[in-house]
Amino acid sequence: MIRPKYELYSLYSHGVSGGWGALSCSCYCILFYKFRSLRMLPIDPTKKISFSRIVCDGDLVIVYERHDNMKAVKVCQDSVLQNRFGVFKHSDWIGKPFGSKVFSNKGGFIYLLAPTPELWTLVLSHRTQILYIADISFVVMYLEIVPGCLVLESGTGSGSLTTSLARAVAPTGHVYTFDFHEQRAASAREDFEKTEVCNLVTVGVRDIQGEGFPEEFSGLADSVFLDLPQPWLAIPSAAKMLKPDGALCSFSPCIEQVQRTCDTLISKFTVLIRSLMGLVHVSSASLLDIRTFEVLLRTYEVQEVRMNCSQGDGGNLGSLIRKRRRHSGKGNNVQDNLSSPTVMARPCSEAKGHTGYLTFARLKCLS
Amino acid sequence: MSQNKSQAGTIQNPRVTWEGCSVLLDINDGDRLVFARLSAAATLKIGNKNFSLQPLIGCPFGSSFQIENGDKGPFLSRFVASMEGNNAQEKEDFESQEISKDNRALVDNNKAQSLTGEDIDAMRRQGATGDEIVDALIANSATFEKKTLFSQEKYRLKKQKKYAPKVLLRRPVARSICEAYFKKYPARIGFLRVDTLSLLLSMANVSANSDVLVVDMVGGLLTGAVAERLGGTGYVCGTYLGVTPYPMDIVRIFNFSDEVCNRIVRSALTELSLTQTVTLEQIHQQENELNMECLSNPQMSSSVSMEEISPSEKEITVPVPENAISLVNKMGKSTKAGNKASQQAIELWKENGFSSLIIAAPELDIWSLLQDILPLLSNSAPFAIYHQYLQVALFDSSLMPSCILMMPLATCMHNLQLGKMAIGLQISEPWLREYQVLPSRTHPCMQMNAFGGYILSGTKICSS
Repeated sequence: MIRPKYELYSLYSHGVSGGWGALSCSCYCILFYKFRSLRMLPIDPTKKISFSRIVCDGDLVIVYERHDNMKAVKVCQDSVLQNRFGVFKHSDWIGKPFGSKVFSNKGGFIYLLAPTPELWTLVLSHRTQILYIADISFVVMYLEIVPGCLVLESGTGSGSLTTSLARAVAPTGHVYTFDFHEQRAASAREDFEKTEVCNLVTVGVRDIQGEGFPEEFSGLADSVFLDLPQPWLAIPSAAKMLKPDGALCSFSPCIEQVQRTCDTLISKFTVLIRSLMGLVHVSSASLLDIRTFEVLLRTYEVQEVRMNCSQGDGGNLGSLIRKRRRHSGKGNNVQDNLSSPTVMARPCSEAKGHTGYLTFARLKCLS
Repeated sequence: MSQNKSQAGTIQNPRVTWEGCSVLLDINDGDRLVFARLSAAATLKIGNKNFSLQPLIGCPFGSSFQIENGDKGPFLSRFVASMEGNNAQEKEDFESQEISKDNRALVDNNKAQSLTGEDIDAMRRQGATGDEIVDALIANSATFEKKTLFSQEKYRLKKQKKYAPKVLLRRPVARSICEAYFKKYPARIGFLRVDTLSLLLSMANVSANSDVLVVDMVGGLLTGAVAERLGGTGYVCGTYLGVTPYPMDIVRIFNFSDEVCNRIVRSALTELSLTQTVTLEQIHQQENELNMECLSNPQMSSSVSMEEISPSEKEITVPVPENAISLVNKMGKSTKAGNKASQQAIELWKENGFSSLIIAAPELDIWSLLQDILPLLSNSAPFAIYHQYLQVALFDSSLMPSCILMMPLATCMHNLQLGKMAIGLQISEPWLREYQVLPSRTHPCMQMNAFGGYILSGTKICSS
């Protein structure tokens, strides 16, 4: 693979909305390439994420108002963004680096962040219930998805997982995702154009439960992901699609769905079950390593607590700190703040209780 | 299934073993996990016999092996399980038998089995297979028929594991390596659980063509996992305080190609730091120091190096940490992972910054490390910091009381907010629970790992 040591400084792409512009960098040049549209997933090694990233006209940016308030905005020379902090002109943004703080006419501010699949999951429009980072990251790891892999997915839904799958297979792999709802498939396609992962993702309209995956993928898939109401109907087809030792995952919110899915994995394919109760059922095996998990994230909130030193002696934290300071002050030149802040962390009381169960299986090698 | 098509385009993760590759051997369904390097001389001990691993070379990952009797004695042989029995029938049996049998009359007095140890040895000498021995044991058990079907299967499994063990050949990838280490030697990987590791990779947006900076004090597992996601593009630069890089032995187990190995580099924090201009002289001096260490350490080539992860109490030799780790790829040529980052790469990183940062350093003071490292990141770069402890107690006998409780990640998060260095800050604790899903026997697993550590994640913003 050609690895250019320096990048070509292109005057063409500055001012070209979207796209890459007419950039040719097939030879080694000693110029730096600064102005270009940001891409969420750099396919071309010359356009690495780590280069200075400047906001350009046509870029997708994540506008950060607060940690729980973000939105995706396409930068347009003549547009404005209006929110409770005021009016923000897009033209003020162009030319600034990502990560910048930008101001409104009223002096309020927001931050402009570069899009990533994680941020995209938090800002995308929900046409269906989506998968969040805890499930997404576990699925990508457990399905062993790496660059170059071929991944099949159904249903596409709002494309939350699909975007992360695209990142995992980039630049040489591909994700074929299917949804039986034509409109949702179209919306997903639009989103993939927005986030510029369309080169890595192909959306098909197909009823996977009824028809299975297309025959053309038989034996070619490294991984298959199912998020369907009745995944057991798609399991035979999924198993046919997988390469030997390929991995399959089914996501279901309800335990009954999980039971029926595992039952199909077990009985229809007569499987080597790994039961932790010690029960083993040996038969001809197509699928093994059947494991079901739940993943959740517990978040913590951090508070600064200022200890008031005028409080009376006692066993509280404040007196603890005071005593320490008193002694350390002896003979030391220790800076003595009257009310030194203490930082405390505790779990957030609001937390996700459940998203779904993740069931994994592996296709055995039969030859 | 089109086998030919499946072979193509898998340089990165080949599906068939080769001489010199590293494998993860799963004996008896996860009871015992062993990392091994396949060669003609490599062996695996099962029971009190050593079995050659030669038969495993050239087999696809995911193959199973059992012990068979041959002319020269027992050996490992690949088997493909064939159709046995009618499953629908068995399922019905389960459900109907459940009602009629129970264990009220069974007494556990060790007298049920009439076959003795000598009888079994004699059978073995006569060439009986493991399965035949198991069948004989069942036939000679006085209480077998009285057991419930579940109980019978449990009995059969137990005997099979002892007399007819099975070996599953697993591909060493981030997931399997992390799970194996977490199960048996979690301390070596800083108790980094597989879901926590996966979160670090996602939160730090690790993808192809990115330059990821890592502080890896978990044996190289993190570096390897990042390199796997980079797929031979971009860079993963492992940085370290001081002059000695942290050990990266686990990277060897991944079977990385040359392309991927070349992307794994190391550089001291002082060299990467923007405020320190390291003179050429200092660079040469450091290089010489590293070269000297390289020469004195023995090179690990394709000789067998087994790392046993099992409940045995054998002493495990920890491989000597190296500055450049030798790997043997398909062609038998040596390729190094963990080379010093080139000066050109360092200059580029100083100019543009790294695209993301992951820290897994249980022993370091996170805040002071972050202060030095955060400026090295590119704008709007995400970072993820893994830490085992929510609270740390600092002891200082010169103070009274002599102990202070600190919260490393909380302090970091707070300071980052105050210093307006990052936004989107979050401290998360991953939670993972496995389920047993079987007809009439579905419930969460009895054993659960309750602790996956904590992660502080966020995005760096431009300093005003």
